[in-house]
Amino acid sequence: VTEPAVASGDVWDDRVAGALAFLRERLTGDYEVDEFGFDRHLTEGMFLPLLRPFYRTWFRTEVSGVDHLPKEGPALVVANHSGTLAVDAVMLSVAVHEETPASRFLRLLGADLVFRLPVLSELARKSGGTLACNPDAERLLAAGELVGVFPEGFKGIGKPFAERYKLQRFGRGGFVSAALRTGTPIVPAAIVGAEEIYPMIGNVRPLARLIGAPYFPVTPTFPWLGPLGLLPLPSKWLIEFGEPISTLDYVDSADDPMVVFNLADQVRETIQQTLHRLLERRPDAFSA
Amino acid sequence: MTNVLVTGVARYLGAHLAARLAADPRVERVIGVDAATPPTELAQVLGDVDVHRIDLHNPGMLRLIVDGEVDAVAHLAVATAVDQQGGGRTAIQQGGGRAAMKELNVIGTMQLLAACQQTARLRKVVVRSSTAAYGASFRDPAIFTEDTEPREVPRGGFAKDVLDIEGYVRGFRRRRPDVAATVLRFAPFIGSSAETRLTRYFTAAVVPTVFGRDPRLQFVHVDDAFEVLHRAVVEQHPGTFNVAGSGVLTLSQAVRRAGRVAVPILEPGLSTFAGVARRAVSLDQLDLFVHGRVVDTTRLVEEFGFEPRSTSEAFDEFIRGQGSDALLGPDVVRAVERSILNKIRQVRAVRAALEASSD
Repeated sequence: VTEPAVASGDVWDDRVAGALAFLRERLTGDYEVDEFGFDRHLTEGMFLPLLRPFYRTWFRTEVSGVDHLPKEGPALVVANHSGTLAVDAVMLSVAVHEETPASRFLRLLGADLVFRLPVLSELARKSGGTLACNPDAERLLAAGELVGVFPEGFKGIGKPFAERYKLQRFGRGGFVSAALRTGTPIVPAAIVGAEEIYPMIGNVRPLARLIGAPYFPVTPTFPWLGPLGLLPLPSKWLIEFGEPISTLDYVDSADDPMVVFNLADQVRETIQQTLHRLLERRPDAFSA
Repeated sequence: MTNVLVTGVARYLGAHLAARLAADPRVERVIGVDAATPPTELAQVLGDVDVHRIDLHNPGMLRLIVDGEVDAVAHLAVATAVDQQGGGRTAIQQGGGRAAMKELNVIGTMQLLAACQQTARLRKVVVRSSTAAYGASFRDPAIFTEDTEPREVPRGGFAKDVLDIEGYVRGFRRRRPDVAATVLRFAPFIGSSAETRLTRYFTAAVVPTVFGRDPRLQFVHVDDAFEVLHRAVVEQHPGTFNVAGSGVLTLSQAVRRAGRVAVPILEPGLSTFAGVARRAVSLDQLDLFVHGRVVDTTRLVEEFGFEPRSTSEAFDEFIRGQGSDALLGPDVVRAVERSILNKIRQVRAVRAALEASSD
């Protein structure tokens, strides 16, 4: 493919030419999509440029422990979940891409509700997400990908503001068995900041039931300000990747509920303690 | 030397497989059966094939298999959709449409396998199935292996038939463990010569899609499908295999590569429409266009030692075969891009000249 180049050296000319080339590749379908539907071309060319201002300027995200993510090869990143809408999942994958030397992609595992909804399901797949189920998790790990999972699920993301930074139950620990079966290390990740973006002070259960959602949030700005209420509050974000937990010693115990439960509990404790430590570093939720 | 019976020879797939087998020196004799007479263009292909016009549930089938000393049966008489060119697929004309399709697919397979079960000489049965066997659910994994069980009974008629057909094969395997039964789950066929529902879809001027859904699709090139069928008949590959081109195209990507324009339609409207006008849009198609379908072909490649060309290659080959009546082909897009860049350059040159003269 020959790129029509503008040899002017002008930065705006280069940008226009780049944007046109991107548009041409989109319009002619000249890009690759992996078997999960991950569209790297669209993610790098559109999603990440749109998200970077939120990551850097809006949330002023600070990341530590990036060295704990493998340079190559698989790892299962397990993080806490909060914030009414899954902005934390999106920011975690931006953090992984921005901060790792190899600009790695975090392949997120999402609830089936995400894949039930039109538009959202496709955004999730194109940005590298797939359904949170063991076959998909194991396949991604076996292919050497970084996989991100939020075991708290809706219990974590939909909890009231009063319970912020209190980790919820970790379900059945299906994520642990996926890591065990593939011998993949588990990297615990603690995210501070997402709890304050949409502080959930109420939950209209009948409305939630009506639209088939797990909760219908009421925040200081939603639904009072209409669509403006969807703008996340500019809290200060801290993300820390903890030391990897090796699973190589337990590869044969993927079906042993005690081993799975204990490992899940260990991961949960690590994240909870890291959250407390990070919160001490951030006395004010909206500090610079 | 083997004698082979091929069902469904009045259709593209059956006729061409029968012809391929007839040309293979390892095959002694090919018997082709169908309830309909093959159309002229297929009849030409079937020169070396002993064609019989007979229904699968006709008692004469058993005679044919026994007298023909058949060693292998390739069952391709499976209808994927209600609309049928040529007509008269089955002797049962009760209402035609879906009833006739089910009659052919389900009852036909049941009767054929019942006949196969009674013939001692038979060594091999190859059955055409489809990746529709995996159903369609929002809780499905992204990639199906042969061991993935469908989570929900699919709503499409063809998908239901496929589950029934595979059920009969499972029963047959239990009763005749000495016969190697091969089930081939094909992804949708595409190719420059074959005309299918899907190829017609991608050559329409505007292409309807489901709003907010961009399913991952896989295709298998028709020639590769023949190769796999051929090997399954003359070699020995018992088991169930996914047959698809590796890799994925999303529907929007495929539409763009074909140079077509997609028109998204809201899903509830389409479902209702499909319920009413089954001939225009089938629920099978709708499910595919909402959920997409991607399968793992590791087992096929390992067992058959053959890898079908990738989905993307198969599709590009199909596009090349279509000629260039595309609305929004790559040449058009490239020309527009170049003209915009040239315009910018011209404006800049003019401005630079103006600035130079004003200095």
